[in-house]
Amino acid sequence: MSSLKGWKDLPLATTVPASTSEEVQTGQWRSMRPVWNEAECIHCLQCWVQCPDNSIKASPEGKMTGIEYFFCKGCGICAAVCPKKAIDMRPESEFIEQ
Amino acid sequence: MSRKDITSGNWAVAEAMRQINPDVVAAYPITPSTDIPMRFSEFVADGLVDTNLVTVESEHSAISACLAASVSGARVMTASSANGVALMHEIFPIAASYRAPIVFGLVNRSLGAPINIHCDHSDSMAERDSGWIHIYCEDGQEVYDTMIMGVRIAEHKDVLLPVFVCQDGFITSHCFEPVEFMEDDEVQAFIGERDPLFPLLDIDNPVAYGSLALTDYYFEIKRQQVEAMKHVERVYKEVAQEFAKKTGRDYPVVDTYRTDDADHIIVIMSSAAGAAKDTVDSLRERGHKVGCMRIRLFRPFPAAAIVDALKDARSIAVLDRAASLGAPAPLFTEIKGALYDAGIHIPTNTYVYGLGGRDFFPHNAEEAFMDLINNKMSPEERYLGLRE
Repeated sequence: MSSLKGWKDLPLATTVPASTSEEVQTGQWRSMRPVWNEAECIHCLQCWVQCPDNSIKASPEGKMTGIEYFFCKGCGICAAVCPKKAIDMRPESEFIEQ
Repeated sequence: MSRKDITSGNWAVAEAMRQINPDVVAAYPITPSTDIPMRFSEFVADGLVDTNLVTVESEHSAISACLAASVSGARVMTASSANGVALMHEIFPIAASYRAPIVFGLVNRSLGAPINIHCDHSDSMAERDSGWIHIYCEDGQEVYDTMIMGVRIAEHKDVLLPVFVCQDGFITSHCFEPVEFMEDDEVQAFIGERDPLFPLLDIDNPVAYGSLALTDYYFEIKRQQVEAMKHVERVYKEVAQEFAKKTGRDYPVVDTYRTDDADHIIVIMSSAAGAAKDTVDSLRERGHKVGCMRIRLFRPFPAAAIVDALKDARSIAVLDRAASLGAPAPLFTEIKGALYDAGIHIPTNTYVYGLGGRDFFPHNAEEAFMDLINNKMSPEERYLGLRE
């Protein structure tokens, strides 16, 4: 609680600066984690197109480079649309140690 | 310069709106406030204002459109009554929380059922905890003046709250009486430009309104609204003082009539104060030291000013034009609380009158005064003008 602001320090009118979603770790909501198998990937980028949270990382050259777990909610759309089954959905419990 | 004309409470609101020339008006007609958007729509059609008039399909949409426009930075006004006000209820606390300084012509009418188009205060009293400023007016002149002052009070940087400017349905809204109008440029000079705090249309400084705030921040945001309310009375007085200098018309937060040496005081709101004041005069002629206090600012509740006017009375009658079914009437509760906090115990009777537009006559006011004079005091709710 101590890190939360008091009423005198909050902006008025329920406002927050826009673009704050960039700071919100929606990845905390995830119960299933997509794991990318780079060897199988053909870089078709269907996962990048379909991801609702901009969590598929891609290079300017159009190559998939990984998954942004800070935002990824684990919805599994990427795994479902992957034509090469190159993304596995795994329970977060397997990654507790990390 | 000013001009005088014969007009109604509703037309006085519409005329104030024409002179204020708000950016957006979103409204849905309901008796007895219909005249306001109807007459204003003529001003729009005739090109007399620059307002974007949004004709919506319900009161809920009207206030929603008003809120969106207001947080975008626009100066916004609307009007409604009774069940229309009730349909807007969901959005009222949101407008207050978003600190949207909407100026609202509220024409008091009884909430159904039974269906009734006449005046009582059940509609606005049901909104007394919605976070809006409430000002109750006695006549058309006061309604006109308060709409103009309301813009300044609502938009003040220390306040930023929406305001209800209440008048009694039909009694004030449809009664034609002389009203003195300011010149258009005087009104414009008085209200100035709105300087919004976080306008959504300011794309260089983007903000989001109405984010989720659960156990972490909701409480703090409500506390900010409490703080804003604490500034209202000071700002109100500054604006009223400036208005009085320009027009000669002075509007204190409570209107006291012959209360200075009064033993017995009636506390009342809005148009019925006229009959109460007449009764004060006639009873004074018969040797009774009586007075009348009319509450103009109801939210925030000006407890200190009220206590100051009542503190030397021997007995008080609080007259409510709304019942709080199953509990003491709203104004009575507030008056008692204010006196208790001041450590003053004055016997106080509670009366409900005028529900559903039941006329309030001088003899009704006299009945309450005679109870005080004859020391017929008790905490039980009494009713004026009701058939047993």
